[in-house]
Amino acid sequence: MEPILQVKDLSISFTQYGRGTRQVLLPVIQDLSLTIRPGQVVAVVGSSGSGKSLLAHGILGILPYNSHMAGEITFLGQPLTPKRAEAVRGTEIVLVPQGVTYLDPLMKVGPQIRKGRRDQKARQASRTALKRYGLGEEVESLYPFELSGGMARRVLIATAAAETPKLVIADEPTPGLDARSAQRVLGHFRELADGGAGVLLITHDLELALTIADRVAVFYAGETVEEADAADFTAGKLRHPYTRALWNALPQNGFVPIPGAQPGPGEVGKGCPFAPRCPKQRPECLSPVSYRELEGGLVRCLYPEGEMV
Amino acid sequence: MKHRLLFTGKKLIRMVLLLLGVSLAAFLLMSASPLDPLQTNVGQAALGTMSQEQIAKLEDYWGVNTPPAERYLGWLGDFVRGDMGTSLLYRQPVSTVIGQRLQNSLWLMAFAWVISGVLGLTLGVIAGANRGRLADKLIRGYCLLISSTPAFWLALLLLVIFSVWLGLFPIGLSVPIGADASSVTLADRLYHAFLPALTLSITGVANITMHTREKMADIMESDYVLFARAGGESAPSIVLRHGLRNVALPAITLQFASIIEIFGGSVLVEQVFSYPGLGQAAVSAGLGSDLPLLLGITVVSAAIVFGGNLIADLLYGVVDPKIRRGAAKR
Repeated sequence: MEPILQVKDLSISFTQYGRGTRQVLLPVIQDLSLTIRPGQVVAVVGSSGSGKSLLAHGILGILPYNSHMAGEITFLGQPLTPKRAEAVRGTEIVLVPQGVTYLDPLMKVGPQIRKGRRDQKARQASRTALKRYGLGEEVESLYPFELSGGMARRVLIATAAAETPKLVIADEPTPGLDARSAQRVLGHFRELADGGAGVLLITHDLELALTIADRVAVFYAGETVEEADAADFTAGKLRHPYTRALWNALPQNGFVPIPGAQPGPGEVGKGCPFAPRCPKQRPECLSPVSYRELEGGLVRCLYPEGEMV
Repeated sequence: MKHRLLFTGKKLIRMVLLLLGVSLAAFLLMSASPLDPLQTNVGQAALGTMSQEQIAKLEDYWGVNTPPAERYLGWLGDFVRGDMGTSLLYRQPVSTVIGQRLQNSLWLMAFAWVISGVLGLTLGVIAGANRGRLADKLIRGYCLLISSTPAFWLALLLLVIFSVWLGLFPIGLSVPIGADASSVTLADRLYHAFLPALTLSITGVANITMHTREKMADIMESDYVLFARAGGESAPSIVLRHGLRNVALPAITLQFASIIEIFGGSVLVEQVFSYPGLGQAAVSAGLGSDLPLLLGITVVSAAIVFGGNLIADLLYGVVDPKIRRGAAKR
């Protein structure tokens, strides 16, 4: 089946003013590759500051003006140029953002879902979308501050479902929700995927992501360090040491922290970004490490787990 | 509704306290002034030729020997009864003087207020929505230039260019010199008010524009504008649908808060254009120790400024759904 979205060697960097008037280029995402097929939920998992949200903005073509994007993005077999991104965002590619702050605080919910359209068809679509997520017609005339956290999340998903999207990008859709509500919200994304759409789920919550994702890509300091089937993760078949660390940091897996912190943009050297914190670090890890296939997944590590050295 | 009445009531009590404080402060400043009302208003030379009796009479007229507390309480007592006293300089009831002057100034200030508000909001929205681009740089440059220009200097400049060099506008006053009061037309008044009003508008625009620009830039960087962009809305639609809506609340505050600046500016500008408005009367009252007139003007202008802020607060309740709906639920 033709993939809905294919991202190849995507890099995003920002121009910043360094000392004086000297401009420096600050890389935030490097050589990112990702494929999403119809009916698939692909989770991008990483801690905050790893550049996850920028990936979403890059695909949608709404990066800030001082950013540069390189690499290839293909949507439904055609290159996703800035012009095409402008045409398809909001209809074929939709974003489901984090929370209520993404709704205009002074506009009622209904017009926000309809995006200014006033025709009967748009009204019908917004009503159907709200109903699908258990929200009544009266929600249309509420202001965002009158919504509860869970309601706001369902309204945001309804803005996506009011269209018939081919690709849904969910940027951290669950923080602030209790486990049950979060599960229900993720269930809605699974439904959208089962309806034939591709879903890109951006999250920091590996455990929650695994409950609905088909594929998981692990993000560290702007690089994908591992991509594999979700089944591999649940089976404990992890490839990259960072993924292992992330896994072990989960409460039910020992709650084990590792020392150090993720390097910020511009602090990454030429080699593996995780090397300074890696328990298995070797001298050769400080030179560039290529992204390679390994047992049905991809990994960016010289000495991945499960590979005999 | 009950909530809003209660709110207004509280505000009115506050206004009474404020007016009391403002009048007292104005009075204390005036009593502490080193100006001798006799010398200022009669003149050193004339004073020398007067008899002791005449001087005593004049001192009595200007209230030089009355204790300050008595003078203030006397004024306050009359004021509460609705009598603002008689202006010592104009020899007319203070209410009449203020009434006339206010009518002149009101034209000026209303014009400047509307122009600076509309223009300031427009320029601010344009600059904020295009932050960092050419339009923003031009608008910001203009605002910084104007902000650092004293209003009286700008008034002089306009006067020199448009009245003296080009001869397009009169160099002063609010009506043609020597014209019969009955023959003065509205066109005459507008013609005379134009330059002073223009000065006030030009200086007033800068402040409103810069504040609006800041708010607009914040809005353009907000999550909901990002989401609107992600939803495929075009840039103009975002500015019109989300920008204007969200900039409305701070704009209301700014617009009504600018009354005080227009008022302050009018004092200087009216002086330069010899425009017989409230500001000019305030200057003469202050310099000429005309206590009843000065206190009258102080209280009236404070009430107008307070009234403006009260209107802004009440409009907030109408415009902001958080206040509107929040109050309705209680």
